Amino acid sequence: MSETNGSHWDLPPDGAEQAEPRGPYRVIGTPPPAQARTLLGDADSTAEVVVRELPAGPDDPRKAKGAERIVVALFTISLLASIAFIVAYVALPLHSLDGVFRSNLALGLSMAIAFGAVAMGAAIWVKVIMPHVELVEARKPLASTADARAAFAKTFTEGAEASGFAKRPMLRRTLIAASAGLALAPLVVLRDMGPLPGTSLRHTVWRKGMRLIVYGPNTPLRPADFAVPGQMITVVPDGYQDNLDVLAKATTIIIKFAPGQLVPNTPQRYGTQMNWTVDNIVAYSKICTHVGCPVALYEETTHNILCPCHQSTFDATRGAAVIFGPAARPLPQLPLGTDAQGYLIATHDYYEPVGPSFWERG
Amino acid sequence: MSWIKARRRHPAAGYAVVLLGLVVIGLGYAAIAGSGSAAYAAPRGGPSALDIAKGRALFSDTCSSCHGLNAQGTSAGPSLVGVGAAAVDFQVSTGRMPGKDFDAEMPRKPVIFTLTQIHQIADYIASLGGGPAIPSAAQVSPVGADVALGQQLFITDCAQCHNFSGAGGALTYGKSAPSLDRSTPTQMYEAMQTGPEAMPVFSDTTITPAQKRDIIAYVTAVRAEPNPGGFSLGRVGPVTEGLVAFLGGIAILVFAAMWLTMRRRQV
Repeated sequence: MSETNGSHWDLPPDGAEQAEPRGPYRVIGTPPPAQARTLLGDADSTAEVVVRELPAGPDDPRKAKGAERIVVALFTISLLASIAFIVAYVALPLHSLDGVFRSNLALGLSMAIAFGAVAMGAAIWVKVIMPHVELVEARKPLASTADARAAFAKTFTEGAEASGFAKRPMLRRTLIAASAGLALAPLVVLRDMGPLPGTSLRHTVWRKGMRLIVYGPNTPLRPADFAVPGQMITVVPDGYQDNLDVLAKATTIIIKFAPGQLVPNTPQRYGTQMNWTVDNIVAYSKICTHVGCPVALYEETTHNILCPCHQSTFDATRGAAVIFGPAARPLPQLPLGTDAQGYLIATHDYYEPVGPSFWERG
Repeated sequence: MSWIKARRRHPAAGYAVVLLGLVVIGLGYAAIAGSGSAAYAAPRGGPSALDIAKGRALFSDTCSSCHGLNAQGTSAGPSLVGVGAAAVDFQVSTGRMPGKDFDAEMPRKPVIFTLTQIHQIADYIASLGGGPAIPSAAQVSPVGADVALGQQLFITDCAQCHNFSGAGGALTYGKSAPSLDRSTPTQMYEAMQTGPEAMPVFSDTTITPAQKRDIIAYVTAVRAEPNPGGFSLGRVGPVTEGLVAFLGGIAILVFAAMWLTMRRRQV
């Protein structure tokens, strides 16, 4: 309480005398009293270290009595919950989905109670039963004494000489080389993670004459089967419907428009390549040019194609130009035609790489 | 205000403020989310001239202000000539029509017509020519359909908007793909045939009637999946789960931190 100990700098307004065991007042965010700031003890310090007595009992013995009962009860509840966990684990059958449900519920609930009760009991113990006082613990200097340091240096040097690490260079060098070898082995493994992609990112399996088939039933489509404006369907290259590696790049959506809705590509304005469409049916890659999500949230009213992952939005009437979101390029358009039987076919592969951008794409 | 002033330093004041904030957020969400009711429309026999006349009268009373006296369309609503009975049945039996708020889209809401009235309006619109008819109960029945093919079709062409389990999802500019939890098989069939609002059309020549039944079978089968426990949170995946964990978890941590650091009151 005296000015000399320097730890009280903001006394409570009243009742300062009996507030003694509560320790010094501190406003959150302000620096601690000067004495508490010295983490490393100062050997030459003449500062007086006040050793505060830790009170033997709690601040409020009557409250502590009640709290003790609560803590005991909580710890007992925790023990019972742990026993319940073991019982539930052993006893509850897992043969049906309902059984799994009941088992999960019982295990999770009992474990939550077991942990939660211990945590709550400990918190109440600290808050109510333990006395509240801020203690300053004096520390000795962290550095060893000069004697001890000299002794260690001597031992180290003696050890190094006895081992011959300095005297026998071949031993030393081969040990270093062996360590380098150990580091090199994993590097070689990393290097060998697979062949470089080559030009495969630039091509899909679509080629002239390949039919578009509806994914799932795997049926080819005539333009007359796809005649209602506002239709949209996912198509894949005929013969590759079961090859997911191929479909990851080649999957395509086709959309039917009413006459006059498509905006043609001109030198002045990006739009749809009209000679790649058949009866106002246009085909776009289903792989988003941002990070490759399947992009097929087609809105018939706005003609927007929305990507569900990052909300990139493409205008299907204008060559799938990007109108919103992180995608940097339009969805590539697949050139369409019809074969001798009148089915929709591709007349060429995509003229540009599908899917996300990559380093050498240009 | 003195009442608040006297109590704002009470140890329980912080809890009260956090609790109040949570209640306000919860009530606000409930007010925005809203709800509607389901309706089931069963198909029936062919229309008579009387049905068409009654349908025309109902149309004139409740629909013509937007769609025109002869269903030719106005600046407020599209022409209904050629949309077919299926489109009328879908829109009216889900309560979307007659529309109330001209917002981004017409939401599902309580149905105001009886089944007979809906069919009479549908008969009138169908009499104007063209369009798909209301499917029969056998056409939409999921019994005996190929659920596996239905799933493949659904996750290829429907799931992007309606979610893998038919829970629905957001579209652009305030529009959304609705949840399919309350859709009847008839309504699902009609939606695929007619492409209501922003939904594309899946005509019978592209997705055959049998395949439409497969899709319906998948949606209804998913609905009947047993619940493995816990809160389903709409089964729309990590977004709601993360949101609940974030908001709920943060709230619990805030309460715990407040309790642990609370000082006892000075007596």
